Amino acid sequence: MSAEQHTHHDQGHHGHDHDDGHAHGTMGGYMIGFGLSVILTAIPFWLVMTGALGNAQLTGFVIMAFAVVQIVVHMIYFLHMSARSESGWTMMALIFTIVIVVITLSGSMWVMYHLNHNMMPVSAHDMSQMP
Amino acid sequence: MSTEATAMPTGANPVFHLAEEPHHPEGSSTALGFWMYLMSDCLIFACLFATFGVLGGSYAGGPGPKDLFDLPLVALNTAMLLFSSITYGFAMLAMDKGRVGATQGWLAITGLFGLAFLSIELYEFAHLIHEGATPQRSAFLSSFFTLVGTHGLHVTFGVIWLVTLMVQVGKHGLIAANRRRLMCLSMFWHFLDVIWIGVFTFVYLMGMLR
Repeated sequence: MSAEQHTHHDQGHHGHDHDDGHAHGTMGGYMIGFGLSVILTAIPFWLVMTGALGNAQLTGFVIMAFAVVQIVVHMIYFLHMSARSESGWTMMALIFTIVIVVITLSGSMWVMYHLNHNMMPVSAHDMSQMP
Repeated sequence: MSTEATAMPTGANPVFHLAEEPHHPEGSSTALGFWMYLMSDCLIFACLFATFGVLGGSYAGGPGPKDLFDLPLVALNTAMLLFSSITYGFAMLAMDKGRVGATQGWLAITGLFGLAFLSIELYEFAHLIHEGATPQRSAFLSSFFTLVGTHGLHVTFGVIWLVTLMVQVGKHGLIAANRRRLMCLSMFWHFLDVIWIGVFTFVYLMGMLR
């Protein structure tokens, strides 16, 4: 019986570790997360409201970068994400979701941008020349 | 049939399945299941973000982000949601220590911040509609109201859920079931804050830069 259980563990069929991994965080963790979030929110607002960088495109990239960092901060300090929780399954689900989100967002924007770009200005004269 | 029986040594049939279900404590997989729900909800928002990304520049001759958005108001809204996140964190810490009164108090404060967020958002929507910037005005406004409205709807249901749990905790105390429910709402609430990061960056701040 014990040998059978041992092989089960070796093959990884079923982890018997009921490490629930529902860490609810600590006061320090929440305060660090909150402090970082305030800073990471305030800087993009300040950049856009004052136009401190001058260049709109550069500002856009910078505030997107701040958003990504802040999302990671929230994931770690508020949602208590780690590679260990639920034997890594939450992380797997998260990675899968991120892949789908990136495909959805970048795919939609890319395809529709080119559609607009290639189909936009058609005058009545152009239309009459079309096969 | 008979040959098979003779081939098998009696009493030592190999077992290819678990003889009995492994014992899981009740609710041990709730967190993972709820996380799956949040990820699927994330896909809904991804579609709405993609729609806004595609249509966000189609003003149909109507007002654009620079005419409509009031960044100090959005900053205030963001602050409300961020405060509600940290106060919910305090509620979870109080729950871990088993303090019913402190948990209820922090939950109430979280609910009030949530209501403040919703009030500011509704004020903003009413202001936009009053100015003629209705969802029917342009594709930009349709996608804007759908995305931000869906997030607001999530927050509304989060507040309803929070009030329900406060009643539950008041009636039954911090029993295991209530702790599990509070943990799920915690994930939901922080997840909504994560979505809001995307909204204020992608919709409001990027809109002002267009």
